[in-house]
Amino acid sequence: MVNVIIDGIAVRVPEGTTIMEAAAKAGITIPSLCYLKEINEIGACRVCCVEVEGEERLVSSCNNLVYEGMEVHTNSPRAREARRINVELLLSQHEGECAICVRAGNCKLQQVANSFGILCNPFEKNLPKLQWTNTFPLFRNVQKCIKCMRCVQYCEKIQTLGIWELTGSGGRATIDVTYNRRIKDSDCALCGQCITHCPVGALRERDDTRAVLDALADPNVVTVVQIAPAVRAAWGEAHGLPREMATVRRLTAVLRSMGFDYVFDTAFSADLTIMEEAAEFLKRFTAGELEQYPMFTSCCPGWLRFLKSQYPQLTDQLSTAKSPQQMFGAITKTYFAERIGVPPEKIFCVSIMPCIAKKAEKDGHVFDRKKKELQDVDVVLTTREMDRLIRSENINVFSLPEAEFDSPLGIGSGAGIIFGATGGVMEAALRTAYHTVTGSNPPADAFRAVRGEEGWREAEFDLNGTTVRCAVASGLGNARRLVEAVLAGRVKYDFVEIMACPGGCVGGGGQPIPFDQHDQADVRGELLYKLDRLSPLRYSHENPEIRILYRDYLQEPMSERAEELLHTDHHSWTMPLNPGLQGKDAEDTTIQLGYGQTDFM
Amino acid sequence: MSRLSLETPNKAQTVVEGLYQDLERRIAASPPGLCPVDISLGFLRLCHAQTCGKCSPCRIGLGQLAQLMDDVLSERATLETIDLIEQTARTIADTADCAIGYEAAGMVLRGVQGFRDDYEEHVLNNRCTSGLTQPVPCVALCPAHVDVPGYIALVRAGRYADAVRLIRKDNPFPTACAFVCEHPCEARCRRNMVDDAVNICGIKHFAVTHVGKVEPVANQPSTGKRVAIIGGGPCGLSCAFYLQLMGHQAVVYEQRPKLGGMLRYGIPRYRLPEEMLDQDIAVILSTGVEVHTGISVGTDIQISDIEQEYDAVLLCIGAHVDRKIGIPGETSNGVIAAVEMLRDMGEGNPPDFTGKRVCVIGGGNVSMDATRTAIRLGADSVTTVYRRRIDDMTALTEEIEEAAAEGATILPLQAPLRIEHDEAGNVTALITQPQQIGPVGSDGRPRPVRANKEESAIPCDIVIVAIGQGIDSRTFAEAGIAVNRERFAALPDSIVEGSTKIFAGGDAVTGPSTVIRAIAAGKVAAANIDSFLGYNHVIHAAVEDIPEAPLSPTAACGRVNLRTRPACDCIHNFDDIKEGMTEEEVLQEASRCLRCDHYGYGNFRGGRMRQW
Repeated sequence: MVNVIIDGIAVRVPEGTTIMEAAAKAGITIPSLCYLKEINEIGACRVCCVEVEGEERLVSSCNNLVYEGMEVHTNSPRAREARRINVELLLSQHEGECAICVRAGNCKLQQVANSFGILCNPFEKNLPKLQWTNTFPLFRNVQKCIKCMRCVQYCEKIQTLGIWELTGSGGRATIDVTYNRRIKDSDCALCGQCITHCPVGALRERDDTRAVLDALADPNVVTVVQIAPAVRAAWGEAHGLPREMATVRRLTAVLRSMGFDYVFDTAFSADLTIMEEAAEFLKRFTAGELEQYPMFTSCCPGWLRFLKSQYPQLTDQLSTAKSPQQMFGAITKTYFAERIGVPPEKIFCVSIMPCIAKKAEKDGHVFDRKKKELQDVDVVLTTREMDRLIRSENINVFSLPEAEFDSPLGIGSGAGIIFGATGGVMEAALRTAYHTVTGSNPPADAFRAVRGEEGWREAEFDLNGTTVRCAVASGLGNARRLVEAVLAGRVKYDFVEIMACPGGCVGGGGQPIPFDQHDQADVRGELLYKLDRLSPLRYSHENPEIRILYRDYLQEPMSERAEELLHTDHHSWTMPLNPGLQGKDAEDTTIQLGYGQTDFM
Repeated sequence: MSRLSLETPNKAQTVVEGLYQDLERRIAASPPGLCPVDISLGFLRLCHAQTCGKCSPCRIGLGQLAQLMDDVLSERATLETIDLIEQTARTIADTADCAIGYEAAGMVLRGVQGFRDDYEEHVLNNRCTSGLTQPVPCVALCPAHVDVPGYIALVRAGRYADAVRLIRKDNPFPTACAFVCEHPCEARCRRNMVDDAVNICGIKHFAVTHVGKVEPVANQPSTGKRVAIIGGGPCGLSCAFYLQLMGHQAVVYEQRPKLGGMLRYGIPRYRLPEEMLDQDIAVILSTGVEVHTGISVGTDIQISDIEQEYDAVLLCIGAHVDRKIGIPGETSNGVIAAVEMLRDMGEGNPPDFTGKRVCVIGGGNVSMDATRTAIRLGADSVTTVYRRRIDDMTALTEEIEEAAAEGATILPLQAPLRIEHDEAGNVTALITQPQQIGPVGSDGRPRPVRANKEESAIPCDIVIVAIGQGIDSRTFAEAGIAVNRERFAALPDSIVEGSTKIFAGGDAVTGPSTVIRAIAAGKVAAANIDSFLGYNHVIHAAVEDIPEAPLSPTAACGRVNLRTRPACDCIHNFDDIKEGMTEEEVLQEASRCLRCDHYGYGNFRGGRMRQW
């Protein structure tokens, strides 16, 4: 233990504690901008600099450790001046149009500058020219970027994609895509984690709210909206709504008051995905197709983009089942359109997703291969975009009474709801697969061993005398470690669920950004498991609306119609390859990039 | 007012003089990978500030050039801007009245021609082609990327054995390198910005001379793969060491009776005591390397047989053949090749130069080794003849100065013409043609040209030729291995062009070079042979807890250099000529390290590569 005095307060902290953590222990919050625990402790913004007795210069508190007898002053005139000037310098290269910024009210720089009482800036504004594409789902505003490097570090260390890099040198050094690529030519998985870890508004999703407003205003279209499982666990955060009030039924009421004709639940099509994916798994498993490599889930488009850019040779190991979002769109524009007697082209299908990659997925996956102009889903809004829409519509989320989903695509089982958390797809699929194999339901929590906080988990289950080896990973770094192990033969699995975002969709790149930047995935995930636990319906195959859908329309899982509407060809779209793979035979690549194992320099 | 006065610099001038010196050191410490346009714009602005203001091209033109370059960097330019920069720079270079203007414009011109692609990338894509890749300058510039700040911190903490372990992650010759490394790591040491580069090599010297035997890390489980290594020098032994650690069986074939290559048969003992070299080799061999000495590939064993028998082969035969100077009299008795003499020394067969007058031809480090060895062998006089100036010698300045201090006569600007001999064929004199230094050649070095002076004769009994070495790769070329002008045609990943399992490295690929480059080549070869064999073994640092960086840098402080023992003590023996630092000195020197692993760009990139 080490004894230190911070602003006159004596604290005892373990050896190896940073000055910032020691200060926190003394109840003192040292302001910072770039710091992100364990991911970005590089002292780039120099806002957290403090004065240490006996040290010649000010010291960044985020990445320097305390020593015995250290005396720290966080608020000495010297420290205060340095902090203010460093923020003013950052502001001189920050666009600062807070009134029209997505992160207004949720911006570290705004908060820090405000709290320092900075009312004018002696430094001249000096902004680089804006240069980015409007079409890519990820939007970067270089004029807002404060070069904190969080995006660089998160993408490299956690997601192992290394899309972002500090480029150039000198005063013009900036963040850009690695290898001088355009973002759309890069192997960006669109997980959106760089957005949720950006302290300012430099990164955001492409804003698609206008298209939704236009559709809502158009009397000739029927607007249908689906709400993804993970959205219900997070949407209220941006409105300060307590979790017990931020229910999906209240959200249903909100969306209906916004003017959507039908409000449905993606948990419904998650159940549908389970019907197809469980059937597919059992078919491929019993046919011995999974002896070398497992079947991978296909509901996370970030993971699909990752696999297709990093391990294209494994494309055929993906389940051909479309994701719940796409299945929902396909069913909406066929089965549902027929039921309400509206031609599919008059239906405008919106999905509310915790995800950026879903915006790309809806463009890539085509519901009718003969009529490519008609998409399963027309617009994807992230949870954040929806939250902005709610605000712009002046809806009082506190006073609106809860409402029920519409029918027939409005019932989702607990199994469908846990799709939003890591391990949920696996668990849901096993519940139904067990039923298919044995003819009876397993205990609903029989497969809870796949839950957990570990980034890569494995479990074996007995399906009527046959062992099924399962693994679950969330976060692309974990995914990479798992895939490398699979390719090297170090592990053998039959069925693997992968989610691009740590913690699964609840931690998705389209979710509300907590101001303190503490990841909320665990809390939100627990909420989904609670909803499952409380649900009267815990098996996808027992969802009455799913039963009717098969009885009246699809016949059975993997029927010809199901194949046409609910499955996809993962070869029908392409991804730019990882730069390490380019020029190599994509079908025969087993290069080991060593990500996740090496400390990158 | 007085008619004349003595000028004394005013305060501003004095301060600016100091700033010039700061700037010189700062440029020396420039990190690799900076934007070339941006840095030349910085230079240009400095040049413009030097303008007196008399002539328009310089006064106005340099400023306009700077503006145009700023436009290029600030997305205000088109491709035509680059042409305008070029035209303007050419005009200034042609018309500025003095060098302040035309040399400044010349720099811009060389840039716009030399890295036009970067100009264009800025104009077209608002990006730079360069980028900082290696965050820590010393680590970046060490060919083997040894974790320099890490081991300096360990030495400072008194953890010498850990320092050796950390070095061994990238370099299995910590001891030999502590004595003979040319320390490219020091060239751009950031400490230059404060006072002077850290004496990295000297700190290592202290560590290796204050530690007992440090065992290597354990080998990983055996893979059953066998790799033949042809040549037991620093490249081959480094590769063998890492292959053993990875679990492969390395089998070294060495032509000479002992291992070490040029470290034993090229470098004189007074620079690298034999027992020091043997320490490194003993550790390498303790990993289980199989060694066959006295085996000449092509004579005792055929390369085709080796290729068949082993899973992979590394060729690292070094550059041990002397180059002929091609002047009359070269075959006289008493003309010897430096490499041969040094090899004889290494084998324990020193020639007797007692009372002999010796001439050494050449200006490189081998020439200095020959010179100083000849002095120690009892030569009456040793004269080192070089056709350019002393400034142009490729030998380390320190080596030249020490050779002179030991009594060698360094005779620059003398081109050897012929060697005269008596009737018995014994050398009597080296005849040289005096030179004068002339125009700078295309290689950037001033060329010597014939001076209008008489030939001069240097009476001597022995002529040692030290003008470079070649590679004896004929046997291998005949066996079908790709060779380019006697060097093995190896790609950067060390695989030989067109071969399936033959790798090559060291001097035999690069031509005569430094020990640390050979070691790096061995490391690279080991990694790529491992991958080639289908593995991905990882070499870890055996030391994880690198001491934390101190919060403040130490105040500006002189660099501790190793002392050389007085010449009078040195010239009669082959004892180590260097005196290591004292403990106080090494602590002071280690405390000068600015810990670029923790500060600046270093910690952004994790500070260090903990494994490879």
